[in-house]
Amino acid sequence: MTREMTGAKMVVQALKDQGVDTVFGYPGGAVLPIYDEIFLQNDIRHILVRHEQGAVHAAEGYARSTGKPGVVLVTSGPGATNAVTGLTDALLDSIPIIVLTGQVPTFMIGSDAFQEADTVGITRPCTKHNWLVKDTDALPGVIHEAFHVATAGRPGPVLIDIPKDVQFANGTYQPPKRSTSHYQPQVKGDLEEITELVAAMETAKRPVFYTGGGVINSGPAASQLLRELVDATGFPITSTLMGLGAYPASGPNWLGMLGMHGLYEANMAMHDCDLMIAIGSRFDDRITGRTDAFSPKSKKAHIDIDPSSINKIIRVDIPIVGDVGHVLEDILKVWKARGRKTNVEAVRGWQAQIEKWRKVNCLAYKPSEKTIKPQYALQRLEALTKDHDRYITTEVGQHQMWAAQFLNFEDPNRWMTSGGLGTMGYGFPASIGVQIAHPDALVINVAGEASWLMNMQELGTAAQFRLPVKQFILNNERLGMVRQWQELLHGSRYSHSWSEALPDFVKLAEAFGAKGILCSDPADLDDAIMEMINHDGPVLFDCLVEKHENCFPMIPSGKAHNEMLLGEAETHGVIDAAGATMV
Amino acid sequence: MSALHIKKGASKHSAYNLRPTFSDVMERHTLAVVVENEPGVLARVIGLFSGRGYNIESLTVAEVDHTGHRSRITIVTTGTPQVIEQIKAQLGRIVSVHEVHDLTVEGPSVERELAILKVVGQGDKRVEALRLADIFRANVVDSTLNSFIFEITGAPEKIEAFSDLMRPLGLTEVARTGVAALLRGD
Ligand SMILES: Cc1ncc(C[n+]2csc(CCOP(=O)(O)OP(=O)(O)O)c2C)c(N)n1
Ligand SMILES: [Mg+2]
Repeated sequence: MTREMTGAKMVVQALKDQGVDTVFGYPGGAVLPIYDEIFLQNDIRHILVRHEQGAVHAAEGYARSTGKPGVVLVTSGPGATNAVTGLTDALLDSIPIIVLTGQVPTFMIGSDAFQEADTVGITRPCTKHNWLVKDTDALPGVIHEAFHVATAGRPGPVLIDIPKDVQFANGTYQPPKRSTSHYQPQVKGDLEEITELVAAMETAKRPVFYTGGGVINSGPAASQLLRELVDATGFPITSTLMGLGAYPASGPNWLGMLGMHGLYEANMAMHDCDLMIAIGSRFDDRITGRTDAFSPKSKKAHIDIDPSSINKIIRVDIPIVGDVGHVLEDILKVWKARGRKTNVEAVRGWQAQIEKWRKVNCLAYKPSEKTIKPQYALQRLEALTKDHDRYITTEVGQHQMWAAQFLNFEDPNRWMTSGGLGTMGYGFPASIGVQIAHPDALVINVAGEASWLMNMQELGTAAQFRLPVKQFILNNERLGMVRQWQELLHGSRYSHSWSEALPDFVKLAEAFGAKGILCSDPADLDDAIMEMINHDGPVLFDCLVEKHENCFPMIPSGKAHNEMLLGEAETHGVIDAAGATMV
Repeated sequence: MSALHIKKGASKHSAYNLRPTFSDVMERHTLAVVVENEPGVLARVIGLFSGRGYNIESLTVAEVDHTGHRSRITIVTTGTPQVIEQIKAQLGRIVSVHEVHDLTVEGPSVERELAILKVVGQGDKRVEALRLADIFRANVVDSTLNSFIFEITGAPEKIEAFSDLMRPLGLTEVARTGVAALLRGD
């Protein structure tokens, strides 16, 4: 049904027609007409954040935990520039986000008007696509296309910049229809390539699945198909930080996470395999380590919906462009049709080798009765929350890596962390977005004290909307990950990696009307965690942990997968000059 | 072939070669990129090259299909085979890009560029400049008592050669359009 209405009304109507139930935003002069329309309706819930960066991260948390795109509404100028970090974060982690920004009226664009910024110019490199809409009649089409672009193919953030006069003007609303734009990414993989991969799987002696966030982005069906394929073949599987939960941590073939702080057995399997099947993963530098020593003996297949991911970092032998779900379905079909063959004998030997690596027990740490070891805190958190309907977000740093190592994920969409951009300040607002989408779930942000402070203003949001998000802060009073690198690379000269003048987190929580819990004794930890879980409201949990713990295992930069540092290793001088120039 | 939509079998053939043999030899490729003619599209393409550190030797752009809203950007770039493949794949990701053609691979192709050159001089040098212009089929499009402006079209190498010859004869300024290129045949 087409109707005459203002641009502002169109925005709200288009969001409704796209099935949007929640918008994260912050008002300002250039979006007031849209805020007026939001005021006049009850279908879409608006979550008022305390900073626009928080809005985008909250939308990311919402998107990643639901599989639906997240929607953000902010004003022009500073509203838009504050969204840039979130957009970049979503771009690197392929999260579908639609950001609507207000803009000064079209006749003032280019005049350095109040709160004018070249928003499409600024956000061009940090969005999948963006639009400046100068004509109200074009607005509904652009909004519908924006949802298509954000979610089709490799997902990503998009932005629509809407001048204020376009919001006020009348135009003809068009409801959504199937996108007919030329942007229709290929989802089916080439059968010839798929057959080649299946043939390689039939004879492989040391195969490994290396999966990533693309499996989660492809949807729950992809994770299901992955589980079927892995369990039917018995091939071991590892995953990137972004892909945790696609295959269950309790699954028989699970190796654990790979990469810089990945598990020994996972990295060794990657290094020594003879067939690597990369699925929705992108050979990030945190995964490959030294590229010229990366898995030297393997044939490599790469399934990805984005052709530019293929051969970008590592040359592969069997490239398959397509959506993970579609391709996995075809792999299973072809593999079954050809008689479900694997090199059973050899694979059994490979599993035995992996068992030996597992025995190294790479996550072992020195326990303590006096101080809470961060690893211990996470083990207890895992034990006490694993049976809950649980979602985990994290900030960025050592705590993030420990969370990935010590928490187990049984399902996709349960783990949201800033992988590609490594954005401190992501986890708290993300946990808010997750809790909005899953009001009854137990949502925990595993945080470092420094990261958490970066978006601490969102405590106001949590309090206002009575969101029972649990902020589990592993407080080492250090920028721990920075401190670790300074220890390894810069002669233990701890330049500005202290968290000085920290607030009293309990009082801080109370100041916002939330609950604060302080815990510093391992003996009290279980009770304190239970108190956190059982409190019906936002909790700030200040867990004072060992200050100088390092996160191991670690592949130092510039080193290969089989040159990992394990727990108690001598760490000084392990990174050579060439490695030190890398990040 | 539309953006990101890679033709069946394209991973083995066509402009998108996903099974390349990588070498370190720098290659020069001419790419034809058909884009939606909308504001900012050129910025997207140029931003890709600057943001990812790719080379642009020359770039031309103009609308080629008014009703279809299509512009054609012709880019001459250099890089190792791996970089060239990345450039094409990255161009293909841009939502406003409809088609990416590697004329160097899909060729043979015809490349033409137009240049205008100002040559200032008198006496013998002036006569020699005119004589050489004749050999290169460059036209005189403006002249004063002590200067010529020549117009020349041709492959970039021909324009290089002509300007090299004009330099000692009083070349003061050159303006070049950059390369326009089309595949031969149908
Ligand atoms: C916005 C931002 N600034 C700086 C960094 C660099 N950085 C990475 S980890 C880290 C320290 C984080 O400290 P904390 O949150 O306390 O976590 P910890 O490592 O101590 O567990 C820093 C500064 C970053 N990732 N993001
Ligand atoms: Mg810390």
